[in-house]
Amino acid sequence: MSAITPALVAEHGLTPEEYARFRGFLGRDPTLTELGIVSVMWSEHCSYKSSKRWLRLLPTEAPWVICGPGENAGVVDIGDGRAVVFKMESHNHPSFIEPYQGAATGVGGIMRDVFTMGARPIANMNALRFGDPAHPKTRHLVAGVVAGIGGYGNCMGVPTVGGECNFHPAYNGNILVNAMTVGLAPADRIFYSAAAGVGNAVVYVGSKTGRDGIHGATMASAEFGADAEAKRPTVQVGDPFTEKLLLEACLELMRTDAIVAIQDMGAAGLTSSSVEMASKGGVGIELDLDRVPVRETGMTPYEIMLSESQERMLMVIRPERAELARAIFDKWELDFAIVGRITDTGRLVVRMRGAVAADIPVAPLVAEAPVYERPWVRSPAPPPVPADALARAPAIDAALRRLMGSPDLASRRWIWEQYDHMVMGDTVGRPGGDAAVVRIHGTRQGLAITTDVTPRYCQADPVEGGRQAVAEAWRNLTAVGATPLAVTDNMNFGNPEKPEIMGQFVGCIEGMSEACRALDFPVVSGNVSLYNETMGKAILPTPAIGAIGTLPDISFAMTVGFKRDGARIVVIGATRGHLGASLWLREIAGAEAGPPPPVDLAAERKAGDFVRGLIRDGRIDACHDVADGGLLVAVAEMALAGRIGAVLDPAPAGLHPAAWFFGEDQGRYLVTTGDADLLAARAAAAGVPVMVIGRTGGSSLTVDGAPPISLADLGTIHESWLPGYMAAEAGPVQTE
Amino acid sequence: MKAAVIVFPASNCDRDVAVALAASMGRDPLMVWHRDADFPAVDLIVLPGGFSYGDYLRAGAMAARSPVMAEVIRRARRGVPVLGICNGFQILTEAGLLPGALMRNAGLAFVCRDVHIRVETTDSVFTRRYAKGAILRIPVAHHDGNYFADRATLEALEGDGRIAFRYVEPDGRVTAAANPNGAARNIAGIFNTTRTVLGLMPHPERLADPLLGGTDGRAMFDGLVEALA
Repeated sequence: MSAITPALVAEHGLTPEEYARFRGFLGRDPTLTELGIVSVMWSEHCSYKSSKRWLRLLPTEAPWVICGPGENAGVVDIGDGRAVVFKMESHNHPSFIEPYQGAATGVGGIMRDVFTMGARPIANMNALRFGDPAHPKTRHLVAGVVAGIGGYGNCMGVPTVGGECNFHPAYNGNILVNAMTVGLAPADRIFYSAAAGVGNAVVYVGSKTGRDGIHGATMASAEFGADAEAKRPTVQVGDPFTEKLLLEACLELMRTDAIVAIQDMGAAGLTSSSVEMASKGGVGIELDLDRVPVRETGMTPYEIMLSESQERMLMVIRPERAELARAIFDKWELDFAIVGRITDTGRLVVRMRGAVAADIPVAPLVAEAPVYERPWVRSPAPPPVPADALARAPAIDAALRRLMGSPDLASRRWIWEQYDHMVMGDTVGRPGGDAAVVRIHGTRQGLAITTDVTPRYCQADPVEGGRQAVAEAWRNLTAVGATPLAVTDNMNFGNPEKPEIMGQFVGCIEGMSEACRALDFPVVSGNVSLYNETMGKAILPTPAIGAIGTLPDISFAMTVGFKRDGARIVVIGATRGHLGASLWLREIAGAEAGPPPPVDLAAERKAGDFVRGLIRDGRIDACHDVADGGLLVAVAEMALAGRIGAVLDPAPAGLHPAAWFFGEDQGRYLVTTGDADLLAARAAAAGVPVMVIGRTGGSSLTVDGAPPISLADLGTIHESWLPGYMAAEAGPVQTE
Repeated sequence: MKAAVIVFPASNCDRDVAVALAASMGRDPLMVWHRDADFPAVDLIVLPGGFSYGDYLRAGAMAARSPVMAEVIRRARRGVPVLGICNGFQILTEAGLLPGALMRNAGLAFVCRDVHIRVETTDSVFTRRYAKGAILRIPVAHHDGNYFADRATLEALEGDGRIAFRYVEPDGRVTAAANPNGAARNIAGIFNTTRTVLGLMPHPERLADPLLGGTDGRAMFDGLVEALA
């Protein structure tokens, strides 16, 4: 047994104070295995030690919430005895090192979180951020991540129905891969992780355990022997075939009464699953590592406890059901091993080859986990919008062409055609709309799903950006006709030990919390990814919001495309021409400056409720939220989706055309209607500002007397950037 | 009509095709686990899409050797109609019930999109409800749909009228741009010599419900029910 030296403690990422605290309640020097266990349990990833204090600000309750944060995923009641189980989680660092496997195992991990709770995954989404397209690594990362997400999700037979993707140089050294899974379960058959029942069997199922993903791979080799095996990359390799079998086997077993508790083995593997199950149940666990299925010989207790091999689950099973459970896993040709039992000692006891490798009291391991009140500072105001930005504005049609072919607005078809978005036979709203819509199988009920955040707004003003991320998710669900229900968040930030980064985190949480409260939109699950920094340069603050809503009937599901000639195009919500932090300012005027558009949450709610009412009453035939690129980009997207053009009125007096057409004022929707007068009357009664801005028709977009832009041209510009970029040879590329 | 859907480990369109069959049949098909070689007599056997055995060897190669397939081959040779969709098509070629092979897509990436296919013959239980030359909009979703066979085999398929569907433009023209995977002669689906075995890459079960945006796949299942009832 190695002596526990201060250097070894430091290599495990523990501060001397944290180590002293652990040694204090242990009452002796830990073994190496025990040091490994505490180091992962107290890591930022598992303990949320920097973020916990702030996450408590988020509202997590509503009458429809069955289970909020703290379990594998959040659970929401959608009526008729059904529950939706969902969560979003990051796999940022592994995806940068090995994009295919990093992204694939991210998808595998989040799906396990959902089916662990008894839900069949019915849809996946993802929120991706890449670096500058001109950066030499970007193309390779995009290709690998997209293929990895598809490779895993497609094999699982779960449709990937949408997502979002941005490019910005701040992600050059740290891409973000946030994967979301939505599952469906009977509301009264949700499975939790709290272990119970002294004497019950602890069962290991799924793949065998290997040395992949052991954080010890980063340790000095002297302590573990100098062999090369210890240096194996920390990125795990995904096996979607095994996960598909694991999914089916778990769901089959869940139809019996065999399972008392279940927890997937994700980050920190057997360690965190066993500790969390024991801690939540207030019991002890004994593990006999000689019984753990392994795929390599000579593995140590340290390696087995810290392996992050994928596609594994830990369950507590009623002993009298063990043989029934074993038969199900035999059918699916998966390993099934009773590896321990529940005890009343409150201790995690790990034995191997006749020796006790770890014996730790569980309650203090969890209760004494460090929580930090990191110092933080408010983010400074962004630089002002350059005074001459509008004076140098190019013609509206030229600006539109450039925006529609810019990396952040160009069509994502190249991405989502690599995802099977139709398997399971319930995809009603395919990728490319404001929110995806899937049918609840065997019913007419619909589930709307979206992911949203505008990192440039969060960078300019974290509070406003946090507010906007939530509001935009709510708006996107509303735009397809859904009633928004709940949120999962994926908080991606830089190094929390820097007060300015912590300030971004605090600001975003404050804004999100305010918006979630105002919109009755509780946060039911989430994930925090900090230290997204390279050489001292942090990513843009990126609190990705995943959200769900329901449609009572999928025949209500609204789409963005124009449906017919001669309809009035109406903007709902007030347009003031806010260009600060807009895409127009960045892409056309070349300035990342100005405050983001403010979100008026009361107006947001009023406008959204109004739009949802119009959709459900059949008063409009197309709807699109106005977001990146403003009004004209929204019109162009509706025209391209419907293959019908539009003629737009000039900008109202007093507003510069660029501000009118490209400003990113919040809380707005574009709709088309055959009866603009009725819509105006209803809007007046509801106290919602509306304005007719043009009419549909033709095969081009005509703006304010400018030369018409043919939809065919615009479509080519919009569709060709991403495939063209991905097909190009590596090296600097033109991004406009 | 009685139908059986064979379920392999990591089949994943088994439920989708069962739903489409049930809509046309008015009853649920039998779901047969791949180890159950001894399944009841049926009028139609369906090999569904998915990633049997993860496609870790060649797509369909492992499934083609699973216990149930010996029985499927026996029944196919006796004339029981067999429909293989996507991974099912790959399994049929690996099992030797259909000629040729399905290679990696020419674009090397998975492709999921609606494509247009032309009905090349209506002389089969699978295509009898379509008009000859009809253009269908049906989705594909695959990584290995690039149909390949040697020249003699392709000529035989053409000569015998055993090409069931070809990828075409919406107006029916056979072009390279309409071909999502590089398949030889834009082949989307083929028959065996008796036209009782059909393999195709597109998923007719995915557009057989108006709420999902199309019904061009429905006539295949309706036609089977009509012919095999």
